[in-house]
Amino acid sequence: MIALSDFLILGALLFSMSVAGIFINRKNIIILLMCIELMLLAVNLNFIAFSHYSGDIAGQIFVFFILTVAAAEAAIGLAILVVLFRNRHTINVAELDKLKG
Amino acid sequence: MEQVIFYCFAALLLFASSMVITVRNPVRAALFLILAFFTSAGIWLLLDAEFLAMTLVLVYVGAVMVLFLFVVMMLDIDLAPLQEGFTQYLPLGIFVAALITIEMIAVLGASHFGLDIVAAPIAHPEGYSNTKEIGLLLYTIYVYPFEIASVILTVAIIAAITLTLREKKSKSQDIDKQIKVQAKDRVRIVKMEAVKKQESES
Repeated sequence: MIALSDFLILGALLFSMSVAGIFINRKNIIILLMCIELMLLAVNLNFIAFSHYSGDIAGQIFVFFILTVAAAEAAIGLAILVVLFRNRHTINVAELDKLKG
Repeated sequence: MEQVIFYCFAALLLFASSMVITVRNPVRAALFLILAFFTSAGIWLLLDAEFLAMTLVLVYVGAVMVLFLFVVMMLDIDLAPLQEGFTQYLPLGIFVAALITIEMIAVLGASHFGLDIVAAPIAHPEGYSNTKEIGLLLYTIYVYPFEIASVILTVAIIAAITLTLREKKSKSQDIDKQIKVQAKDRVRIVKMEAVKKQESES
Protein backbone atom coordinates (compact mmCIF):
# COMPACT_ATOMS: atom_id res chain seq x y z
CA MET A 1 0.00 0.00 0.00
CA ILE A 2 1.06 3.59 -0.56
CA ALA A 3 1.67 5.55 2.63
CA LEU A 4 0.34 9.04 3.23
CA SER A 5 3.91 10.29 3.54
CA ASP A 6 4.61 9.30 -0.08
CA PHE A 7 1.89 11.63 -1.33
CA LEU A 8 3.00 14.39 1.03
CA ILE A 9 6.63 14.11 -0.10
CA LEU A 10 5.53 14.20 -3.74
CA GLY A 11 3.60 17.38 -2.99
CA ALA A 12 6.62 18.85 -1.20
CA LEU A 13 8.90 18.05 -4.16
CA LEU A 14 6.41 19.61 -6.57
CA PHE A 15 6.09 22.71 -4.41
CA SER A 16 9.83 23.24 -4.00
CA MET A 17 10.37 22.66 -7.71
CA SER A 18 7.95 25.47 -8.51
CA VAL A 19 9.68 27.71 -5.93
CA ALA A 20 12.94 27.03 -7.79
CA GLY A 21 11.11 27.86 -11.03
CA ILE A 22 10.11 31.25 -9.65
CA PHE A 23 13.76 31.90 -8.75
CA ILE A 24 15.28 30.96 -12.09
CA ASN A 25 12.56 32.37 -14.36
CA ARG A 26 12.21 35.68 -12.61
CA LYS A 27 12.10 37.69 -15.86
CA ASN A 28 9.26 35.88 -17.60
CA ILE A 29 5.83 36.59 -16.16
CA ILE A 30 4.13 33.78 -18.10
CA ILE A 31 6.40 31.14 -16.58
CA LEU A 32 5.90 32.75 -13.16
CA LEU A 33 2.12 32.31 -13.53
CA MET A 34 2.65 28.68 -14.54
CA CYS A 35 4.83 28.12 -11.46
CA ILE A 36 2.04 29.51 -9.27
CA GLU A 37 -0.37 27.05 -10.90
CA LEU A 38 2.08 24.22 -10.09
CA MET A 39 2.25 25.38 -6.46
CA LEU A 40 -1.53 25.31 -6.17
CA LEU A 41 -1.49 21.83 -7.68
CA ALA A 42 0.93 20.65 -4.99
CA VAL A 43 -1.27 22.14 -2.27
CA ASN A 44 -4.33 20.45 -3.76
CA LEU A 45 -2.48 17.12 -3.79
CA ASN A 46 -1.83 17.48 -0.07
CA PHE A 47 -5.47 18.34 0.61
CA ILE A 48 -6.75 15.31 -1.29
CA ALA A 49 -4.20 12.97 0.31
CA PHE A 50 -5.19 14.06 3.81
CA SER A 51 -8.87 13.87 2.89
CA HIS A 52 -8.43 10.31 1.62
CA TYR A 53 -6.43 9.03 4.57
CA SER A 54 -8.56 10.67 7.24
CA GLY A 55 -11.81 9.64 5.54
CA ASP A 56 -13.18 13.19 5.61
CA ILE A 57 -14.49 14.43 2.29
CA ALA A 58 -14.46 18.10 3.37
CA GLY A 59 -10.87 18.34 2.14
CA GLN A 60 -12.07 17.65 -1.39
CA ILE A 61 -14.62 20.46 -1.07
CA PHE A 62 -11.76 22.76 -0.18
CA VAL A 63 -9.85 21.65 -3.28
CA PHE A 64 -12.94 22.53 -5.31
CA PHE A 65 -12.83 26.09 -3.98
CA ILE A 66 -9.09 26.36 -4.56
CA LEU A 67 -9.64 25.30 -8.18
CA THR A 68 -12.30 28.01 -8.54
CA VAL A 69 -10.09 30.73 -7.13
CA ALA A 70 -7.10 29.55 -9.17
CA ALA A 71 -9.13 29.70 -12.38
CA ALA A 72 -10.26 33.24 -11.55
CA GLU A 73 -6.68 34.22 -10.72
CA ALA A 74 -5.36 32.81 -13.99
CA ALA A 75 -8.04 34.63 -16.00
CA ILE A 76 -7.39 38.01 -14.34
CA GLY A 77 -3.61 37.54 -14.40
CA LEU A 78 -3.59 36.82 -18.10
CA ALA A 79 -5.90 39.78 -18.74
CA ILE A 80 -3.49 42.04 -16.86
CA LEU A 81 -0.64 40.50 -18.88
CA VAL A 82 -2.39 41.30 -22.17
CA VAL A 83 -3.03 44.91 -21.13
CA LEU A 84 0.58 45.23 -19.93
CA PHE A 85 1.92 43.95 -23.23
CA ARG A 86 -0.39 46.27 -25.17
CA ASN A 87 0.88 49.31 -23.26
CA ARG A 88 4.56 48.51 -22.79
CA HIS A 89 5.33 46.00 -25.57
CA THR A 90 7.30 43.82 -23.17
CA ILE A 91 6.66 41.32 -20.41
CA ASN A 92 10.18 41.44 -19.05
CA VAL A 93 9.95 42.06 -15.30
CA ALA A 94 13.24 43.98 -15.35
CA GLU A 95 11.77 46.57 -17.74
CA LEU A 96 8.57 47.09 -15.80
CA ASP A 97 9.93 49.90 -13.65
CA LYS A 98 7.43 52.67 -14.31
CA LEU A 99 6.49 52.94 -10.64
CA LYS A 100 10.20 53.36 -9.75
CA GLY A 101 9.97 50.56 -7.23
CA MET B 1 0.34 -2.76 -8.65
CA GLU B 2 -0.97 0.45 -7.12
CA GLN B 3 2.52 1.33 -5.99
CA VAL B 4 3.96 0.85 -9.47
CA ILE B 5 1.32 3.16 -10.92
CA PHE B 6 1.95 5.72 -8.18
CA TYR B 7 5.71 5.80 -8.69
CA CYS B 8 5.37 5.98 -12.49
CA PHE B 9 2.93 8.88 -12.22
CA ALA B 10 5.06 10.62 -9.57
CA ALA B 11 8.16 10.37 -11.76
CA LEU B 12 6.22 11.66 -14.76
CA LEU B 13 4.80 14.54 -12.71
CA LEU B 14 8.23 15.59 -11.42
CA PHE B 15 9.70 15.30 -14.93
CA ALA B 16 6.92 17.44 -16.39
CA SER B 17 7.23 20.11 -13.71
CA SER B 18 11.01 20.26 -14.08
CA MET B 19 10.53 20.75 -17.82
CA VAL B 20 8.01 23.53 -17.15
CA ILE B 21 10.55 25.53 -15.19
CA THR B 22 13.58 24.89 -17.40
CA VAL B 23 12.32 24.85 -20.98
CA ARG B 24 13.05 27.95 -23.06
CA ASN B 25 9.88 28.25 -25.08
CA PRO B 26 6.73 29.30 -23.14
CA VAL B 27 4.53 27.28 -25.51
CA ARG B 28 6.45 24.12 -24.63
CA ALA B 29 6.27 25.06 -20.95
CA ALA B 30 2.48 25.31 -21.24
CA LEU B 31 2.32 21.92 -22.96
CA PHE B 32 4.44 20.33 -20.21
CA LEU B 33 2.16 21.96 -17.65
CA ILE B 34 -0.77 20.21 -19.36
CA LEU B 35 1.14 16.93 -18.98
CA ALA B 36 1.67 17.71 -15.29
CA PHE B 37 -2.07 18.34 -14.82
CA PHE B 38 -2.97 15.09 -16.55
CA THR B 39 -0.57 13.04 -14.42
CA SER B 40 -1.74 14.63 -11.21
CA ALA B 41 -5.32 13.87 -12.24
CA GLY B 42 -4.16 10.24 -12.43
CA ILE B 43 -2.66 10.48 -8.93
CA TRP B 44 -5.91 11.97 -7.64
CA LEU B 45 -7.74 8.98 -9.10
CA LEU B 46 -5.49 6.75 -6.95
CA LEU B 47 -6.75 8.75 -3.97
CA ASP B 48 -10.41 8.07 -4.86
CA ALA B 49 -11.09 11.68 -5.83
CA GLU B 50 -12.75 10.92 -9.15
CA PHE B 51 -14.84 14.07 -9.35
CA LEU B 52 -11.90 16.38 -8.71
CA ALA B 53 -9.68 14.49 -11.14
CA MET B 54 -12.26 14.98 -13.89
CA THR B 55 -12.70 18.62 -12.85
CA LEU B 56 -8.96 19.13 -13.08
CA VAL B 57 -8.85 17.74 -16.61
CA LEU B 58 -11.93 19.68 -17.74
CA VAL B 59 -11.27 23.02 -16.05
CA TYR B 60 -7.50 23.18 -16.13
CA VAL B 61 -6.55 21.36 -19.30
CA GLY B 62 -9.72 22.37 -21.10
CA ALA B 63 -10.00 26.00 -20.09
CA VAL B 64 -7.11 27.49 -18.14
CA MET B 65 -4.29 25.98 -20.17
CA VAL B 66 -6.01 26.82 -23.45
CA LEU B 67 -6.21 30.39 -22.15
CA PHE B 68 -2.49 30.26 -21.35
CA LEU B 69 -1.62 28.94 -24.80
CA PHE B 70 -3.86 31.55 -26.38
CA VAL B 71 -2.13 34.40 -24.55
CA VAL B 72 1.36 33.00 -25.13
CA MET B 73 0.74 32.71 -28.84
CA MET B 74 -0.99 36.09 -29.07
CA LEU B 75 1.87 38.01 -27.48
CA ASP B 76 4.81 38.58 -29.75
CA ILE B 77 7.57 38.02 -27.22
CA ASP B 78 11.27 38.50 -27.72
CA LEU B 79 12.59 35.49 -25.83
CA ALA B 80 16.29 36.37 -25.64
CA PRO B 81 16.21 38.97 -22.81
CA LEU B 82 13.80 36.84 -20.82
CA GLN B 83 16.40 34.11 -20.51
CA GLU B 84 19.06 36.38 -19.00
CA GLY B 85 20.14 35.49 -15.51
CA PHE B 86 18.93 31.92 -15.90
CA THR B 87 22.22 30.37 -14.83
CA GLN B 88 22.94 33.24 -12.47
CA TYR B 89 19.95 32.42 -10.25
CA LEU B 90 20.04 28.65 -10.78
CA PRO B 91 22.28 27.84 -7.75
CA LEU B 92 20.18 30.05 -5.45
CA GLY B 93 16.96 28.50 -6.71
CA ILE B 94 18.26 24.95 -6.27
CA PHE B 95 19.56 25.84 -2.78
CA VAL B 96 16.22 27.26 -1.62
CA ALA B 97 14.27 24.39 -3.21
CA ALA B 98 16.54 21.80 -1.54
CA LEU B 99 16.14 23.56 1.80
CA ILE B 100 12.33 23.57 1.52
CA THR B 101 12.35 19.91 0.46
CA ILE B 102 14.54 18.83 3.37
CA GLU B 103 12.40 20.72 5.87
CA MET B 104 9.17 19.34 4.48
CA ILE B 105 10.46 15.77 4.35
CA ALA B 106 11.60 16.11 7.97
CA VAL B 107 8.06 17.12 8.92
CA LEU B 108 5.98 15.07 6.51
CA GLY B 109 8.21 12.01 6.18
CA ALA B 110 7.49 8.40 7.05
CA SER B 111 8.32 8.93 10.73
CA HIS B 112 5.23 11.11 11.18
CA PHE B 113 2.87 10.05 8.40
CA GLY B 114 4.02 6.52 7.56
CA LEU B 115 1.73 3.54 7.10
CA ASP B 116 2.20 2.39 10.71
CA ILE B 117 1.00 5.77 12.03
CA VAL B 118 -1.68 6.71 9.48
CA ALA B 119 -3.20 3.44 8.37
CA ALA B 120 -4.47 3.04 4.84
CA PRO B 121 -8.22 3.70 4.71
CA ILE B 122 -10.71 0.91 4.20
CA ALA B 123 -11.81 0.48 0.62
CA HIS B 124 -15.16 2.06 -0.16
CA PRO B 125 -18.15 -0.28 -0.50
CA GLU B 126 -19.55 -1.09 -3.91
CA GLY B 127 -21.86 1.61 -5.27
CA TYR B 128 -19.97 4.39 -3.48
CA SER B 129 -20.05 7.58 -5.52
CA ASN B 130 -17.47 10.25 -4.84
CA THR B 131 -19.45 12.80 -6.87
CA LYS B 132 -22.61 12.11 -4.87
CA GLU B 133 -20.77 12.52 -1.56
CA ILE B 134 -19.25 15.83 -2.65
CA GLY B 135 -22.63 17.04 -3.88
CA LEU B 136 -24.28 16.10 -0.59
CA LEU B 137 -21.77 18.20 1.33
CA LEU B 138 -21.49 21.01 -1.18
CA TYR B 139 -25.19 21.79 -1.42
CA THR B 140 -25.94 21.50 2.31
CA ILE B 141 -23.15 22.58 4.66
CA TYR B 142 -21.04 24.42 2.11
CA VAL B 143 -23.84 26.10 0.19
CA TYR B 144 -22.84 29.66 1.13
CA PRO B 145 -19.16 29.16 0.24
CA PHE B 146 -20.41 27.62 -3.02
CA GLU B 147 -22.39 30.76 -3.79
CA ILE B 148 -19.41 32.94 -2.89
CA ALA B 149 -17.36 30.90 -5.35
CA SER B 150 -19.86 31.71 -8.07
CA VAL B 151 -19.60 35.41 -7.17
CA ILE B 152 -15.80 35.16 -7.43
CA LEU B 153 -16.12 33.69 -10.91
CA THR B 154 -18.50 36.48 -11.94
CA VAL B 155 -16.06 39.09 -10.62
CA ALA B 156 -13.29 37.38 -12.60
CA ILE B 157 -15.35 37.53 -15.80
CA ILE B 158 -16.17 41.21 -15.30
CA ALA B 159 -12.58 42.09 -14.37
CA ALA B 160 -11.09 40.26 -17.35
CA ILE B 161 -13.52 41.89 -19.78
CA THR B 162 -13.14 45.43 -18.41
CA LEU B 163 -9.36 45.12 -18.33
CA THR B 164 -9.01 44.10 -21.93
CA LEU B 165 -11.85 46.18 -23.37
CA ARG B 166 -10.79 48.81 -25.87
CA GLU B 167 -12.91 51.92 -25.44
CA LYS B 168 -12.76 53.17 -29.01
CA LYS B 169 -14.45 50.27 -30.69
CA SER B 170 -17.16 49.58 -28.16
CA LYS B 171 -20.69 50.86 -28.51
CA SER B 172 -21.11 51.31 -24.77
CA GLN B 173 -22.86 54.40 -23.46
CA ASP B 174 -20.86 57.03 -21.61
CA ILE B 175 -23.18 57.71 -18.69
CA ASP B 176 -21.23 60.72 -17.42
CA LYS B 177 -21.64 62.52 -20.70
CA GLN B 178 -25.29 61.57 -20.92
CA ILE B 179 -26.04 63.08 -17.51
CA LYS B 180 -24.03 66.24 -18.09
CA VAL B 181 -25.91 67.07 -21.26
CA GLN B 182 -28.09 70.21 -21.14
CA ALA B 183 -30.67 71.49 -23.53
CA LYS B 184 -28.58 74.46 -24.63
CA ASP B 185 -25.76 72.16 -25.76
CA ARG B 186 -28.02 70.20 -27.99
CA VAL B 187 -30.46 72.72 -29.45
CA ARG B 188 -29.18 75.91 -31.03
CA ILE B 189 -31.79 78.56 -31.73
CA VAL B 190 -30.77 80.85 -34.52
CA LYS B 191 -32.53 84.19 -34.78
CA MET B 192 -33.16 85.17 -38.35
CA GLU B 193 -34.88 88.03 -40.03
CA ALA B 194 -38.09 87.04 -41.62
CA VAL B 195 -37.69 87.04 -45.35
CA LYS B 196 -40.63 87.97 -47.43
CA LYS B 197 -40.96 85.84 -50.44
CA GLN B 198 -40.15 87.86 -53.56
CA GLU B 199 -42.55 88.02 -56.41
CA SER B 200 -41.01 86.81 -59.63
CA GLU B 201 -40.27 89.84 -61.83
CA SER B 202 -40.83 88.29 -65.19
